[in-house]
Amino acid sequence: MNGPTTRIGVPKIRIRGLSKSFGPKRVLDGIDLDVHPGTSTVVIGGSGSGKSVLLRCILGLIEPDAGTIEIDGVDVLAQGRRDQEATRERIGMLFQNGALFDSLPVWENVAFGLLARRKGRRMSRTAARQRAGQVLTQVGLDPSVGNLQPSELSGGMQKRVGLARAIAAQPEILFFDEPTTGLDPIMGAVIDGLIVDCVKRLGSTALAITHDMASATRIGDRAAMLYQGRLVWQGEAASLLHSGNPLVDQFTHGRREGPIGMELRR
Amino acid sequence: MTDPEVAEADRPTLAVRAAAPVSALGRLVLDTVGGAGRLALFALNGLSHLLRPPFYWRNFLSAFFEFAFYSLPVVALTAIFSGMVIALQSYTGFSRFNAQSAIADIVVLSVVRELGPVLAGLMVAGRVGAAMAAEIGTMRVTDQVDALGTLSTNPMKYLVAPRLLAGLLALPLLVVVADILGVMGGFIVSVVKLGFSPAAYVANTFSFVQPMDVIVGLAKAGAFGFLIALMGCYNGYHSRGGAQGVGASTTSAVVAASILILCFDYVLTEMFFSR
Repeated sequence: MNGPTTRIGVPKIRIRGLSKSFGPKRVLDGIDLDVHPGTSTVVIGGSGSGKSVLLRCILGLIEPDAGTIEIDGVDVLAQGRRDQEATRERIGMLFQNGALFDSLPVWENVAFGLLARRKGRRMSRTAARQRAGQVLTQVGLDPSVGNLQPSELSGGMQKRVGLARAIAAQPEILFFDEPTTGLDPIMGAVIDGLIVDCVKRLGSTALAITHDMASATRIGDRAAMLYQGRLVWQGEAASLLHSGNPLVDQFTHGRREGPIGMELRR
Repeated sequence: MTDPEVAEADRPTLAVRAAAPVSALGRLVLDTVGGAGRLALFALNGLSHLLRPPFYWRNFLSAFFEFAFYSLPVVALTAIFSGMVIALQSYTGFSRFNAQSAIADIVVLSVVRELGPVLAGLMVAGRVGAAMAAEIGTMRVTDQVDALGTLSTNPMKYLVAPRLLAGLLALPLLVVVADILGVMGGFIVSVVKLGFSPAAYVANTFSFVQPMDVIVGLAKAGAFGFLIALMGCYNGYHSRGGAQGVGASTTSAVVAASILILCFDYVLTEMFFSR
């Protein structure tokens, strides 16, 4: 297994000893992970392996039991409320199902983060609406889509709007939760392409979780595999399909026989 | 040890079995007290966000209209028919003692002190409390609440605080309308069906009702409105597990709000009217 700090330089996101249990079930068990500036890291793993919990811990939506999460060398878990809000302004997130606000039109969904910022950095509604139109264009949607309600959009369009919302404030860090789940392969490739474009254009650091191998190799520079709450492998995303790790090999090739299957049968 | 011996050793002793109901009761008490504590902390957290900017006026106005405007027809109908029924029932009872002249007093006191706030509260709990729990619950299970958090927006401030304030302010307004319509219902039945003099009925109504009756009735309404919003938000906010979870939290919100309205009605009546 490659170590978490094989690259030179200060990581943008540095996770050490992250653990989380729900009752007797240990979901994350001492995770060490570095995400370097300007790179995209993909965490793969089966359902229930702890991927979403890892992401939610980093986002501050779940409080871990132990460990540290540093962004630019600052422990975000030790931050006060105001500092945490400031940190979140530097982050964009694309949720698995889009998580668009039903009660707001598309443009307001996209501009939500710009309107919700602290006083002084908050945009006027007119400017935010204009910016929403620009970002919708960037993700391949017509600005007139901004006047629709989220319920009027197809799944692929909702994902694009979710991506537009994530990048609207030009965040330094982008998180993607299963970005291609529920999409057909073509739309999945389109969304992945948009993600890669956006990350490159903004120069952001990205962390994605997925169990879609095609998506993982398209999005990621680096990859890691989470299995039973532990990171069992980390390396270049390009080497995912021939990692030499039996767990990763079985998972990436979708084989029924192997160490993961044996665990499931136990 | 042989297998039967092992099974015998594993079997709970008589003392343990005898203590099982006590243990269950203890768990129930602890769960209830813990739940009440969590609800109180949730309410305090929500209220504290009313004192700290930013305040989401659009969310407040939307919730206020949902409470006050869209609930108006159902509350109005409930109030007017309640006033009519009280007048009829009072007549039936009071005519036996030649005390028909007290009907106006009974109608206005029943409506202003009790039926206005309680019936409006129960109607609104079924309508707005359920809708609130369903909306916030759906937002919870579809990650919209988490999305708020990632967009520098505190969900308690954005979703809960405006609704709590809307409940607190809107239900008293509804109850003013309910009071007027309830008294009017009694008036219509008394004058049209029972042959009372309109002037005498109105004079009796105004001479008997005290400002304090109205004020306490409206204070009750404020408390009930807050409870409806609190139970709607609390149950919705803690929804889990998809459509079934949202349905369960909606039911819980309505049931809990209705029970709390009746409990608090007794407590407030005891505090203000028992002397």
